[in-house]
Amino acid sequence: MKYTKEHEWLRVEGDHVVVGITEHAATQLGDVVFVELPETETQVAEGDEVCVIESVKAASDILAPIDGEVVAVNEKLVDNPGLVNEDPTGAAWFFKLKVDDLSVLDQFMDEDEYQDLIG
Amino acid sequence: MADLKEADLLHLGLERLHEELGGKMVPFAGYLMPVQYPDGVLKEHLHTRSAAGLFDVSHMGQVILRPKGTMEALKLAFEALMPVDVLGLAEGRQRYGLFTNDGGGILDDLMFTNRGDHLYVVVNAACKAADIAHMTAGMPGVSVEPVTDRALLALQGPGAEAALEAVVPGIAAMRFMDHRVIGDIWVSRSGYTGEDGFEVSVPEAEAEGFARKLLAQPGVAPIGLGARDSLRLEAGLCLYGHDIDTSTSPIEANLTWALQKARKAGGAREGGFPGAARILKELAEGPERVRVGLRPEGRAPMREGVELFADDGTPVGRVTSGGFGPSVNAPIAMGYVARAHATLGTTLLGEVRGKRLPVTVSELPFHPTTYKR
Repeated sequence: MKYTKEHEWLRVEGDHVVVGITEHAATQLGDVVFVELPETETQVAEGDEVCVIESVKAASDILAPIDGEVVAVNEKLVDNPGLVNEDPTGAAWFFKLKVDDLSVLDQFMDEDEYQDLIG
Repeated sequence: MADLKEADLLHLGLERLHEELGGKMVPFAGYLMPVQYPDGVLKEHLHTRSAAGLFDVSHMGQVILRPKGTMEALKLAFEALMPVDVLGLAEGRQRYGLFTNDGGGILDDLMFTNRGDHLYVVVNAACKAADIAHMTAGMPGVSVEPVTDRALLALQGPGAEAALEAVVPGIAAMRFMDHRVIGDIWVSRSGYTGEDGFEVSVPEAEAEGFARKLLAQPGVAPIGLGARDSLRLEAGLCLYGHDIDTSTSPIEANLTWALQKARKAGGAREGGFPGAARILKELAEGPERVRVGLRPEGRAPMREGVELFADDGTPVGRVTSGGFGPSVNAPIAMGYVARAHATLGTTLLGEVRGKRLPVTVSELPFHPTTYKR
């Protein structure tokens, strides 16, 4: 698992990258009550706002951590946004990206580096 | 607020207890306040509706108004600041009030109680310095005495009566908006959640022990400011500085119920309050815009500032409070809408992140109130 400084996690699954938010991010957001997902088959560029998360406190965005094509989204989050708080690093993945070269993930933090960041 | 230094913040007497309970402390109205506890806003909200929630609202302003002459003169002086019947309030009863300005806008909303030989007033934290100055200047025949050595706790929800009765025997006999002085404890049967409940003023030195006794009662949990906001929104109650302010009149704010007959046209003490010309005119003719309940059709919350449009694209208003209603299990909001578009059931469009989404003008409150009348 890799981590961004925007508190996203990235997990490689075949030639896809699965993206979600960390437990730390979910705790900071508070109870999530609304999730808006991107369309599949959309090309996204690093930094694009691809998802909207609304918690009881505020709205925030998930930015695309890397360039790629959205190949799947987790529709379960639309009906059950609370999953983001219950299982942020498992069942509550947001979207899967198809990327050309997985070495693009090398730039991101590993578990230890991320723990130091949020320490 | 963001640049407020921690050192500039005022501290609640119960801060140690909040920290012990895992409260997440944030700056609010100049105080360091618990926004939530480890359960989080959603669970705290639902807990208050199903059991009992304990809120520390000690940041609010408690003020005693004492007559320099007669009580009647004091009540009439207070009436000169508000479009509300003070003279007709019986001893031991509390009432909702509003300070208005000359333009008919709202300076603050408040609760006041007739305690026989004086009045007890509770005002909003952010307005309290201005309110005290306003009352002092506006009522020269009255001694305006800020109460600075008492905490204010709210116990709200269906379990509130049993929990408080166990600690302060006798309170179960009180009705909604009754007020009692029991030893050195001041109890009102009122609150800001739509639930039955109490607000209790306790000497600061006893506050922590009192709060711990309440928390030891079955079903009582500490509740933060986050859930206080979602509870009051579901109950359709205004938040000063958001849903009401100096630009909104009580009639636009749909607070007409707070103006008793005696102060309206044809009443015994008609007018005679700041902004009477506008307020009485709006009462007679209807306001140009009015505060309404709003239910977004989808799941996306419409928060404060969302612009509202008619289906032909005409701008018709703005959301002043909005979020997710945990008991309603849907997004809810309140806002001001031009009267022609304010009829219940009207579908408007609210602009969220550049998209115009349908929202329906709806009845308030969103969640039924359970006051013990």
